[in-house]
Amino acid sequence: MSMAKKETLIRLSISLLVICIVAAATLGYVYNVTKDPINKTKNAKIENAIKKVLPNFKGEINSIRIMPENGADSLTVHFAYSNGKLFGAAVETYTDIAFSGRFTLMVGFDANGKILETEVLEMAETPGLGDKIDKKNSDFPLQFKDKDPATFKLKVKSDNGDVDAITAATISSRAFCDAVERAYLTFLKAKELQHE
Amino acid sequence: MNKLKIFTNGFIKENPALVLILGTCPALAVTTSAMNGLGMGLATTFVLVMSNAIISLLRNFIPDKVRIPAFIVIIATFVSIVDLLIQGFVPALAESLGIFIPLIVVNCIVLGRAEAFASKNTVFDSILDGLGMGLGFTLALFVMGFFRELLGNGAILGHKFIEGDGILIFVLAPGAFLVYGFTIALMNLLPKKKSKETENVKTE
Repeated sequence: MSMAKKETLIRLSISLLVICIVAAATLGYVYNVTKDPINKTKNAKIENAIKKVLPNFKGEINSIRIMPENGADSLTVHFAYSNGKLFGAAVETYTDIAFSGRFTLMVGFDANGKILETEVLEMAETPGLGDKIDKKNSDFPLQFKDKDPATFKLKVKSDNGDVDAITAATISSRAFCDAVERAYLTFLKAKELQHE
Repeated sequence: MNKLKIFTNGFIKENPALVLILGTCPALAVTTSAMNGLGMGLATTFVLVMSNAIISLLRNFIPDKVRIPAFIVIIATFVSIVDLLIQGFVPALAESLGIFIPLIVVNCIVLGRAEAFASKNTVFDSILDGLGMGLGFTLALFVMGFFRELLGNGAILGHKFIEGDGILIFVLAPGAFLVYGFTIALMNLLPKKKSKETENVKTE
Protein backbone atom coordinates (compact mmCIF):
# COMPACT_ATOMS: atom_id res chain seq x y z
CA MET A 1 0.00 0.00 0.00
CA SER A 2 2.62 2.47 1.10
CA MET A 3 4.87 1.21 -1.67
CA ALA A 4 2.25 2.04 -4.30
CA LYS A 5 1.77 5.49 -2.81
CA LYS A 6 5.50 6.17 -2.92
CA GLU A 7 5.66 5.05 -6.50
CA THR A 8 2.91 7.35 -7.65
CA LEU A 9 4.51 10.23 -5.80
CA ILE A 10 7.80 9.50 -7.52
CA ARG A 11 6.02 9.06 -10.83
CA LEU A 12 4.29 12.45 -10.42
CA SER A 13 7.51 14.23 -9.54
CA ILE A 14 9.46 12.62 -12.33
CA SER A 15 6.95 13.43 -15.04
CA LEU A 16 6.71 17.05 -13.92
CA LEU A 17 10.49 17.23 -13.67
CA VAL A 18 10.92 15.84 -17.17
CA ILE A 19 8.46 18.37 -18.59
CA CYS A 20 10.21 21.24 -16.79
CA ILE A 21 13.68 20.13 -17.92
CA VAL A 22 12.57 19.81 -21.52
CA ALA A 23 10.84 23.20 -21.31
CA ALA A 24 13.89 24.88 -19.77
CA ALA A 25 16.26 23.33 -22.29
CA THR A 26 14.07 24.37 -25.21
CA LEU A 27 13.76 27.90 -23.86
CA GLY A 28 17.50 28.16 -23.33
CA TYR A 29 18.16 26.98 -26.85
CA VAL A 30 15.64 29.37 -28.41
CA TYR A 31 17.02 32.23 -26.30
CA ASN A 32 20.54 31.58 -27.57
CA VAL A 33 19.41 31.32 -31.17
CA THR A 34 17.38 34.53 -31.03
CA LYS A 35 19.77 36.60 -28.88
CA ASP A 36 21.85 37.97 -31.74
CA PRO A 37 18.99 38.78 -34.11
CA ILE A 38 17.10 40.52 -31.28
CA ASN A 39 20.14 42.66 -30.38
CA LYS A 40 20.68 43.43 -34.04
CA THR A 41 17.14 44.68 -34.52
CA LYS A 42 17.45 46.74 -31.33
CA ASN A 43 20.66 48.42 -32.53
CA ALA A 44 19.22 48.92 -35.98
CA LYS A 45 16.19 50.53 -34.36
CA ILE A 46 18.39 53.01 -32.46
CA GLU A 47 20.44 53.86 -35.55
CA ASN A 48 17.25 54.27 -37.50
CA ALA A 49 15.79 56.53 -34.80
CA ILE A 50 18.93 58.72 -34.80
CA LYS A 51 18.54 59.17 -38.55
CA LYS A 52 14.88 60.05 -38.14
CA VAL A 53 15.32 62.66 -35.40
CA LEU A 54 18.27 64.35 -37.14
CA PRO A 55 16.89 64.94 -40.63
CA ASN A 56 19.34 66.07 -43.35
CA PHE A 57 22.33 65.08 -41.21
CA LYS A 58 25.43 63.52 -42.73
CA GLY A 59 28.58 63.09 -40.69
CA GLU A 60 29.95 61.49 -37.57
CA ILE A 61 28.21 60.38 -34.39
CA ASN A 62 29.92 60.49 -30.99
CA SER A 63 27.89 58.92 -28.18
CA ILE A 64 28.31 59.54 -24.44
CA ARG A 65 26.33 58.36 -21.44
CA ILE A 66 25.46 60.94 -18.81
CA MET A 67 23.34 61.10 -15.65
CA PRO A 68 20.41 63.52 -15.79
CA GLU A 69 19.73 66.01 -12.96
CA ASN A 70 16.47 64.28 -12.11
CA GLY A 71 16.16 60.62 -12.94
CA ALA A 72 17.23 57.15 -11.93
CA ASP A 73 19.25 56.10 -14.96
CA SER A 74 21.76 57.62 -17.33
CA LEU A 75 20.82 58.90 -20.77
CA THR A 76 22.73 58.34 -24.01
CA VAL A 77 23.52 61.52 -25.93
CA HIS A 78 24.53 60.92 -29.53
CA PHE A 79 26.38 64.10 -30.61
CA ALA A 80 26.33 64.65 -34.35
CA TYR A 81 29.18 66.46 -36.10
CA SER A 82 29.35 67.40 -39.75
CA ASN A 83 32.79 68.60 -40.94
CA GLY A 84 33.98 68.94 -37.36
CA LYS A 85 31.17 71.33 -36.43
CA LEU A 86 28.44 70.41 -33.96
CA PHE A 87 25.25 69.78 -35.92
CA GLY A 88 23.11 68.73 -32.98
CA ALA A 89 22.38 65.64 -30.94
CA ALA A 90 19.99 62.73 -30.69
CA VAL A 91 19.17 62.00 -27.05
CA GLU A 92 17.84 58.65 -25.87
CA THR A 93 15.59 59.61 -23.01
CA TYR A 94 12.96 57.98 -20.80
CA THR A 95 10.17 58.74 -18.38
CA ASP A 96 8.93 56.87 -15.34
CA ILE A 97 5.64 58.73 -14.90
CA ALA A 98 3.87 57.08 -17.85
CA PHE A 99 0.65 55.11 -17.52
CA SER A 100 2.16 51.64 -18.11
CA GLY A 101 5.75 51.62 -16.96
CA ARG A 102 8.78 53.32 -18.45
CA PHE A 103 8.77 54.42 -22.05
CA THR A 104 11.80 55.45 -24.05
CA LEU A 105 12.04 58.17 -26.62
CA MET A 106 14.64 59.59 -29.03
CA VAL A 107 14.70 63.37 -29.28
CA GLY A 108 16.73 65.27 -31.86
CA PHE A 109 18.07 68.76 -31.09
CA ASP A 110 19.99 71.20 -33.26
CA ALA A 111 23.21 72.76 -31.90
CA ASN A 112 21.24 75.50 -30.10
CA GLY A 113 18.81 73.13 -28.39
CA LYS A 114 15.84 73.53 -30.72
CA ILE A 115 13.80 70.32 -31.03
CA LEU A 116 14.04 68.83 -34.51
CA GLU A 117 12.07 65.58 -34.30
CA THR A 118 10.94 63.00 -31.74
CA GLU A 119 10.63 59.26 -32.17
CA VAL A 120 9.13 56.73 -29.73
CA LEU A 121 11.48 53.77 -29.13
CA GLU A 122 9.56 51.56 -26.72
CA MET A 123 6.29 52.07 -24.94
CA ALA A 124 3.33 50.11 -23.65
CA GLU A 125 0.70 52.85 -23.30
CA THR A 126 -2.97 51.91 -23.68
CA PRO A 127 -3.82 51.10 -27.30
CA GLY A 128 -6.22 53.72 -28.70
CA LEU A 129 -5.54 56.23 -25.90
CA GLY A 130 -2.02 56.72 -24.54
CA ASP A 131 -0.40 55.20 -27.60
CA LYS A 132 -1.26 58.42 -29.43
CA ILE A 133 2.10 59.71 -28.15
CA ASP A 134 3.46 57.75 -31.12
CA LYS A 135 3.53 59.61 -34.44
CA LYS A 136 2.02 56.54 -36.09
CA ASN A 137 -1.18 56.99 -34.13
CA SER A 138 -1.75 60.75 -33.91
CA ASP A 139 -0.34 64.21 -34.60
CA PHE A 140 0.37 64.85 -30.91
CA PRO A 141 4.22 64.66 -31.18
CA LEU A 142 4.28 67.02 -34.17
CA GLN A 143 3.61 70.04 -31.95
CA PHE A 144 7.12 69.67 -30.47
CA LYS A 145 8.76 70.05 -33.87
CA ASP A 146 10.96 73.16 -34.30
CA LYS A 147 10.17 74.38 -30.76
CA ASP A 148 12.89 75.77 -28.51
CA PRO A 149 12.32 74.53 -24.94
CA ALA A 150 13.89 77.79 -23.71
CA THR A 151 10.70 79.57 -24.79
CA PHE A 152 8.26 76.68 -25.28
CA LYS A 153 7.13 75.39 -21.87
CA LEU A 154 7.28 71.57 -21.86
CA LYS A 155 4.15 71.07 -19.78
CA VAL A 156 0.55 70.32 -20.73
CA LYS A 157 -1.86 73.26 -20.78
CA SER A 158 -3.65 72.16 -17.62
CA ASP A 159 -0.24 72.44 -15.86
CA ASN A 160 0.24 75.99 -17.27
CA GLY A 161 2.47 74.79 -20.10
CA ASP A 162 2.29 75.12 -23.87
CA VAL A 163 1.53 71.53 -24.86
CA ASP A 164 -1.91 70.37 -26.05
CA ALA A 165 -2.55 67.11 -24.17
CA ILE A 166 -4.14 64.07 -25.85
CA THR A 167 -7.84 63.89 -25.00
CA ALA A 168 -8.39 61.37 -22.19
CA ALA A 169 -4.65 60.60 -21.95
CA THR A 170 -3.22 63.45 -19.88
CA ILE A 171 -0.92 61.08 -17.98
CA SER A 172 0.73 59.85 -21.16
CA SER A 173 1.00 63.42 -22.47
CA ARG A 174 2.62 64.57 -19.23
CA ALA A 175 5.05 61.65 -19.40
CA PHE A 176 5.99 62.58 -22.95
CA CYS A 177 6.74 66.16 -21.86
CA ASP A 178 8.76 64.81 -18.92
CA ALA A 179 10.89 62.68 -21.25
CA VAL A 180 11.51 65.56 -23.69
CA GLU A 181 12.39 67.92 -20.87
CA ARG A 182 14.85 65.40 -19.39
CA ALA A 183 16.42 65.07 -22.84
CA TYR A 184 16.70 68.84 -23.22
CA LEU A 185 18.31 69.46 -19.80
CA THR A 186 20.71 66.55 -20.30
CA PHE A 187 21.61 67.77 -23.76
CA LEU A 188 22.54 71.20 -22.35
CA LYS A 189 24.58 69.60 -19.57
CA ALA A 190 26.38 67.25 -21.96
CA LYS A 191 27.08 70.06 -24.39
CA GLU A 192 28.68 72.11 -21.62
CA LEU A 193 30.84 69.20 -20.50
CA GLN A 194 31.88 68.34 -24.04
CA HIS A 195 32.58 71.73 -25.52
CA GLU A 196 34.10 73.94 -22.91
CA MET B 1 -18.99 15.53 -40.60
CA ASN B 2 -17.77 14.93 -37.06
CA LYS B 3 -14.44 16.65 -37.81
CA LEU B 4 -16.28 19.60 -39.30
CA LYS B 5 -18.38 19.85 -36.15
CA ILE B 6 -15.23 19.97 -33.97
CA PHE B 7 -13.86 22.73 -36.17
CA THR B 8 -16.99 24.89 -36.32
CA ASN B 9 -17.92 24.36 -32.65
CA GLY B 10 -15.91 27.42 -31.58
CA PHE B 11 -17.43 29.81 -34.11
CA ILE B 12 -20.93 30.25 -32.69
CA LYS B 13 -22.21 27.36 -30.55
CA GLU B 14 -19.30 27.45 -28.08
CA ASN B 15 -17.66 30.73 -29.01
CA PRO B 16 -15.03 31.12 -26.27
CA ALA B 17 -15.40 34.87 -25.74
CA LEU B 18 -19.15 35.30 -26.27
CA VAL B 19 -20.75 32.02 -25.11
CA LEU B 20 -18.23 30.41 -22.76
CA ILE B 21 -17.18 33.88 -21.46
CA LEU B 22 -13.50 32.91 -21.38
CA GLY B 23 -10.58 35.19 -22.21
CA THR B 24 -12.55 38.19 -21.00
CA CYS B 25 -9.42 40.14 -20.05
CA PRO B 26 -7.92 40.43 -23.56
CA ALA B 27 -11.41 40.78 -25.03
CA LEU B 28 -11.92 43.93 -22.96
CA ALA B 29 -8.36 45.26 -22.95
CA VAL B 30 -7.12 45.10 -26.53
CA THR B 31 -10.27 45.62 -28.59
CA THR B 32 -9.80 49.38 -28.91
CA SER B 33 -9.45 48.91 -32.66
CA ALA B 34 -10.39 46.19 -35.12
CA MET B 35 -6.77 45.58 -36.10
CA ASN B 36 -5.71 45.11 -32.46
CA GLY B 37 -8.53 42.59 -32.00
CA LEU B 38 -7.47 40.72 -35.12
CA GLY B 39 -3.81 40.66 -34.05
CA MET B 40 -4.54 39.39 -30.56
CA GLY B 41 -6.99 36.82 -31.95
CA LEU B 42 -4.55 35.41 -34.47
CA ALA B 43 -1.66 35.28 -31.98
CA THR B 44 -3.92 33.39 -29.55
CA THR B 45 -5.07 31.03 -32.30
CA PHE B 46 -1.47 30.15 -33.09
CA VAL B 47 -0.64 29.37 -29.46
CA LEU B 48 -3.91 27.45 -29.02
CA VAL B 49 -3.24 25.18 -31.98
CA MET B 50 0.35 24.44 -30.94
CA SER B 51 -0.35 23.92 -27.23
CA ASN B 52 -3.39 21.75 -28.02
CA ALA B 53 -1.25 19.61 -30.31
CA ILE B 54 1.57 19.15 -27.78
CA ILE B 55 -0.72 18.51 -24.82
CA SER B 56 -2.72 15.98 -26.81
CA LEU B 57 0.52 14.30 -27.79
CA LEU B 58 1.59 14.05 -24.13
CA ARG B 59 -1.87 13.22 -22.73
CA ASN B 60 -0.92 9.66 -21.82
CA PHE B 61 2.39 10.67 -20.28
CA ILE B 62 1.10 13.41 -17.97
CA PRO B 63 -0.37 11.99 -14.73
CA ASP B 64 -3.83 13.29 -13.86
CA LYS B 65 -2.81 14.78 -10.51
CA VAL B 66 -0.18 17.13 -11.92
CA ARG B 67 -1.87 17.91 -15.22
CA ILE B 68 -2.61 21.58 -14.45
CA PRO B 69 1.00 22.59 -13.61
CA ALA B 70 2.20 20.51 -16.56
CA PHE B 71 -0.23 22.26 -18.93
CA ILE B 72 0.76 25.69 -17.63
CA VAL B 73 4.47 24.96 -18.06
CA ILE B 74 3.88 23.79 -21.63
CA ILE B 75 1.70 26.80 -22.50
CA ALA B 76 4.06 29.33 -20.90
CA THR B 77 7.08 27.77 -22.62
CA PHE B 78 5.29 27.93 -25.90
CA VAL B 79 4.28 31.56 -25.52
CA SER B 80 7.86 32.53 -24.60
CA ILE B 81 9.21 30.70 -27.63
CA VAL B 82 6.74 32.45 -29.92
CA ASP B 83 7.60 35.79 -28.31
CA LEU B 84 11.38 35.31 -28.79
CA LEU B 85 11.07 33.97 -32.33
CA ILE B 86 8.85 36.84 -33.45
CA GLN B 87 11.16 39.42 -31.85
CA GLY B 88 14.21 37.86 -33.44
CA PHE B 89 13.07 37.01 -36.92
CA VAL B 90 9.92 39.03 -37.72
CA PRO B 91 10.58 42.41 -36.07
CA ALA B 92 7.81 44.04 -38.12
CA LEU B 93 5.23 41.71 -36.58
CA ALA B 94 6.74 42.23 -33.13
CA GLU B 95 6.12 45.96 -33.54
CA SER B 96 2.38 45.50 -33.90
CA LEU B 97 1.80 42.40 -31.74
CA GLY B 98 4.62 42.83 -29.21
CA ILE B 99 2.56 43.82 -26.19
CA PHE B 100 -0.13 41.16 -26.74
CA ILE B 101 2.04 38.06 -26.91
CA PRO B 102 3.00 37.76 -23.20
CA LEU B 103 -0.70 38.30 -22.37
CA ILE B 104 -1.62 35.01 -24.03
CA VAL B 105 -0.24 33.00 -21.09
CA VAL B 106 -2.95 34.36 -18.80
CA ASN B 107 -5.67 33.72 -21.36
CA CYS B 108 -7.76 30.96 -19.83
CA ILE B 109 -9.07 29.80 -23.21
CA VAL B 110 -5.73 28.11 -23.84
CA LEU B 111 -5.75 26.28 -20.51
CA GLY B 112 -9.50 25.67 -20.86
CA ARG B 113 -9.14 23.86 -24.18
CA ALA B 114 -6.13 21.91 -22.90
CA GLU B 115 -8.21 20.70 -19.96
CA ALA B 116 -11.55 20.19 -21.71
CA PHE B 117 -10.45 18.91 -25.09
CA ALA B 118 -6.78 18.28 -25.84
CA SER B 119 -6.20 16.06 -22.79
CA LYS B 120 -8.93 13.68 -23.97
CA ASN B 121 -8.73 13.69 -27.76
CA THR B 122 -6.39 12.79 -30.62
CA VAL B 123 -3.75 15.18 -31.93
CA PHE B 124 -5.58 15.89 -35.17
CA ASP B 125 -8.91 16.60 -33.44
CA SER B 126 -7.13 18.83 -30.91
CA ILE B 127 -5.52 20.86 -33.68
CA LEU B 128 -8.92 21.29 -35.33
CA ASP B 129 -10.45 22.31 -32.01
CA GLY B 130 -7.66 24.83 -31.36
CA LEU B 131 -8.05 26.30 -34.82
CA GLY B 132 -11.84 26.57 -34.54
CA MET B 133 -11.80 28.02 -31.02
CA GLY B 134 -9.03 30.45 -31.97
CA LEU B 135 -10.85 31.67 -35.05
CA GLY B 136 -14.09 32.06 -33.05
CA PHE B 137 -12.17 34.12 -30.48
CA THR B 138 -10.60 36.18 -33.28
CA LEU B 139 -14.02 36.82 -34.81
CA ALA B 140 -15.44 38.01 -31.47
CA LEU B 141 -12.48 40.33 -30.82
CA PHE B 142 -12.59 41.69 -34.34
CA VAL B 143 -16.32 42.50 -34.10
CA MET B 144 -15.86 44.19 -30.71
CA GLY B 145 -12.83 46.14 -31.93
CA PHE B 146 -14.71 47.16 -35.07
CA PHE B 147 -17.61 48.72 -33.15
CA ARG B 148 -15.43 50.33 -30.46
CA GLU B 149 -13.23 51.92 -33.11
CA LEU B 150 -16.25 52.98 -35.16
CA LEU B 151 -18.02 54.68 -32.23
CA GLY B 152 -15.02 55.76 -30.18
CA ASN B 153 -12.66 57.07 -32.85
CA GLY B 154 -14.94 57.49 -35.84
CA ALA B 155 -12.73 55.22 -37.88
CA ILE B 156 -13.03 51.95 -39.80
CA LEU B 157 -9.86 49.82 -39.76
CA GLY B 158 -7.72 52.86 -38.98
CA HIS B 159 -9.29 55.14 -41.61
CA LYS B 160 -10.97 58.11 -39.94
CA PHE B 161 -14.17 59.39 -41.51
CA ILE B 162 -14.94 62.16 -38.99
CA GLU B 163 -12.92 65.11 -37.73
CA GLY B 164 -11.65 65.05 -34.15
CA ASP B 165 -12.72 62.54 -31.51
CA GLY B 166 -15.63 60.11 -31.50
CA ILE B 167 -17.71 59.04 -28.51
CA LEU B 168 -14.64 58.63 -26.31
CA ILE B 169 -16.25 56.35 -23.73
CA PHE B 170 -16.18 53.49 -26.23
CA VAL B 171 -12.38 53.50 -26.36
CA LEU B 172 -12.20 53.63 -22.55
CA ALA B 173 -12.77 50.68 -20.21
CA PRO B 174 -16.52 51.29 -19.58
CA GLY B 175 -17.11 51.27 -23.34
CA ALA B 176 -15.40 47.89 -23.50
CA PHE B 177 -17.94 46.48 -21.04
CA LEU B 178 -20.83 48.10 -22.93
CA VAL B 179 -19.78 46.69 -26.28
CA TYR B 180 -18.99 43.30 -24.71
CA GLY B 181 -22.46 43.14 -23.16
CA PHE B 182 -24.23 44.08 -26.37
CA THR B 183 -22.19 41.61 -28.42
CA ILE B 184 -23.06 38.79 -25.98
CA ALA B 185 -26.70 39.84 -26.08
CA LEU B 186 -26.66 39.78 -29.87
CA MET B 187 -25.01 36.38 -29.79
CA ASN B 188 -27.72 35.03 -27.48
CA LEU B 189 -30.37 35.90 -30.06
CA LEU B 190 -28.89 33.51 -32.63
CA PRO B 191 -29.27 30.06 -31.01
CA LYS B 192 -32.68 30.97 -29.55
CA LYS B 193 -34.02 31.60 -33.02
CA LYS B 194 -32.79 28.22 -34.15
CA SER B 195 -34.28 26.32 -31.24
CA LYS B 196 -37.65 28.01 -31.80
CA GLU B 197 -37.57 26.93 -35.42
CA THR B 198 -36.87 23.35 -34.48
CA GLU B 199 -39.68 23.46 -31.93
CA ASN B 200 -42.06 24.68 -34.59
CA VAL B 201 -41.02 21.86 -36.85
CA LYS B 202 -41.64 19.37 -34.06
CA THR B 203 -45.11 20.65 -33.23
CA GLU B 204 -46.05 20.70 -36.87
